[in-house]
Amino acid sequence: MKMGALMRHAAILFTFCTGLLCAGAGYAATASEREVTAPFMVPGAVDSQDLPWASDGEANVPYVFHDPAHEGRITGFEYELMQAIGTQLGRNARFVQNGWDGLIPGLARGLYAMVIDGIEMTPEHKAAVLFSRPYYVTVDRIVLRKGERGPMSLTALHGHVVGTIKNTSAERLLLAHDAHDVRSYDEETNLFSDLKNGRLDAILIDEPIALYYTSNELQIVGEPIGRVAYGIAFSKTNPRLRDAVDQALGALIKDGTLYRILARWNLWTPYMADYMGEQAGPMPPPTAWEDYRATMERMSGSSVHAMMQRYVSFLPLIFRGAMMTLGVSALAMVLAVGLGLLLALARAYGTAPLRWGAGLYVEVVRGTPLLIQVLFIFYGLPAFGVRLSPFVAGVLALGLNYAAYEAENYRAGLASVPRGQSEAAIALNMTHVQALRLVIVPQAFRTVVPVMTNDFIALIKDSSLVSVITLTELSQTYIRLSSTYYDYVGTGLLIALAYLLVGLPFVRLARMAEKRMGRVVGKGHH
Amino acid sequence: MRQGYSELTDLVLQATGIAKSFGGHEILRGVSLDVERGELISIIGPSGCGKSTFLRCLNFLEHPDEGTVRVEDVTVASARHWRRSDEVQAHRLRAHVGMVFQSFNLFPHRTVLENVMLAPMQVKRIGEDEARAIACSLLEKVGLAAVKERYPDRLSGGQQQRAAIARALAMKPSVMLYDEPTSALDPELSEEVLSVMRALDREGMTQLVVTHDMRFARAASDRVLFLEAGQIVESGDPDVIFANPREPGTRRFLRTLL
Repeated sequence: MKMGALMRHAAILFTFCTGLLCAGAGYAATASEREVTAPFMVPGAVDSQDLPWASDGEANVPYVFHDPAHEGRITGFEYELMQAIGTQLGRNARFVQNGWDGLIPGLARGLYAMVIDGIEMTPEHKAAVLFSRPYYVTVDRIVLRKGERGPMSLTALHGHVVGTIKNTSAERLLLAHDAHDVRSYDEETNLFSDLKNGRLDAILIDEPIALYYTSNELQIVGEPIGRVAYGIAFSKTNPRLRDAVDQALGALIKDGTLYRILARWNLWTPYMADYMGEQAGPMPPPTAWEDYRATMERMSGSSVHAMMQRYVSFLPLIFRGAMMTLGVSALAMVLAVGLGLLLALARAYGTAPLRWGAGLYVEVVRGTPLLIQVLFIFYGLPAFGVRLSPFVAGVLALGLNYAAYEAENYRAGLASVPRGQSEAAIALNMTHVQALRLVIVPQAFRTVVPVMTNDFIALIKDSSLVSVITLTELSQTYIRLSSTYYDYVGTGLLIALAYLLVGLPFVRLARMAEKRMGRVVGKGHH
Repeated sequence: MRQGYSELTDLVLQATGIAKSFGGHEILRGVSLDVERGELISIIGPSGCGKSTFLRCLNFLEHPDEGTVRVEDVTVASARHWRRSDEVQAHRLRAHVGMVFQSFNLFPHRTVLENVMLAPMQVKRIGEDEARAIACSLLEKVGLAAVKERYPDRLSGGQQQRAAIARALAMKPSVMLYDEPTSALDPELSEEVLSVMRALDREGMTQLVVTHDMRFARAASDRVLFLEAGQIVESGDPDVIFANPREPGTRRFLRTLL
């Protein structure tokens, strides 16, 4: 499975920070409390029974994914494995959704106890996290369009356009062999649709993915290539939990639970038999696999009526996503407008240190990517003892970011108010503060409103970045729905409509403000 | 109206030794002036002679480098480093001084009525009803009762300047300063403004006017000051100065205007 470059960088950063994090007084206190009640500590647990684990459940069949047949249900072979491990440890395994890039940083932050997401046990990954023993070993496979005669081996792939997922063993194999025609994808769904529509000649990918994403128009060909082992990831500071889970995993292998799970998902293979030993008794039927295939079959051949029904069933999810987008954006806007004004006033009228401070803030915030700021505030600040909820962190990151842009708008607005206005106010015996509040700022505001409207619409769209800190807003809802149902068009139109509806009140509000102020715009005063 | 040469003169404003430089260039070189209550004084002189700067030093919109200004019982001295205490003192002085600008400087985001009500309510903490009553009677007086709900950009220049006068008067100043109040106006609009100033003069308002309108200076002033190169070169009765200027600078200046 993939491991984004960003995640690796973040992982390195947070491995580095882990020492600091654990030195934090709050963390140490909870850790020692837990040690009294349990032999291992469970970061992120809400009570003594809780076992929170994280995965990215978007487009992640058959690992951990949203069951297309049952809205709101999570399933997958890794999901079932975690349930079984929870039972072994006498705890309730609880799934925590997190974006792929946030999985390991979240582990370092102590948001949850472990991560399972087809993470390959490579040396680079081992540098960032602790791994359990492998719970699955598999291979890479070649996928072609059905009926076509294409490359059947790694050497034969040479010279073809080959797709794979980023940071997988398949990608490394391809790059080592033939560096110039490899296309690396983030999403399985996109990868396979590009093979179908002819953008790719072949795919090389982990066998479970090949198995589940290969539809009627595609076929798996050739011999298995390479060897891949997946492990459950833990924080480097938590070897005792790792040991406990290893023990539980051993028990699940021994009593045949893992075998039964894999067989149900049609994932029991000769390589697993090599690893775990031959299992006694008749093999359980692959019911989970068949259910999934049947559901997908039903969906692809669905009538307009069934499609409409599906879209209606999306509405509550989209509504929740829209509320999240609206909530984060609106609060961030309030923060941006208020703080932006203070920054602009500090730059225009403050003492020298205030001016420099505000200037530095604006330059730093405008000069760095919002995504980094979001990740820094959520995952980085805990190193300094500031632990914010995802919602607060999201509002703060967006608000602090846009405040810098609003400050620049205000600065231009303040500069556009003629000097005579403040002189008139002072001559009327107002104080400087009164002159600003009653005369200058209201006039600056009125020139800034149209620009601000633009910024706010941009902010609503940028709010999609908070999905990296586990908030499920509209964009995240889109990714989830479209990759679960392979429907990018219909879902996309629904989400686009939701964005427009969320933005509309702000556009209207800004129009009203402009109109109200419009009657005084125009005549210069010199 | 001129108070006459009574033995007990009532000096409402005294400026002493006002000096001001901008970037090493001396604009005012020690200007002193005593103003009696009720006087209307016109300050004339060539462009760049420092007459506007002098006016702006009287209410500390410009901080003089040297000199002191007293208005009523408040005295403010120049300070090399303007401190908070100096600003507090200047603030007290401005309570007695109203000012009208060449470009009117009405607040464009507020109606005419709100322009007049704003400072009494915010600065003097007068109640809204009382502020409205004061504002309405002043707007009536300057002939703007009909347009008081309008925004400034819907008024003619003459109306705007009369609104600006009403706005300054609402603070009940002892002295009104006018910085070229009619320079931006056509002659007939100027007349609207000048007649308001003449009416105020009849009521006993003390007024200092920087102006290029020599007809007004001659006809309406109690006293004319002629400023040149940052100094008062000549001052006195307008009829005397205009008919028979003593100083060559004054003569030169008046000749170029004719």
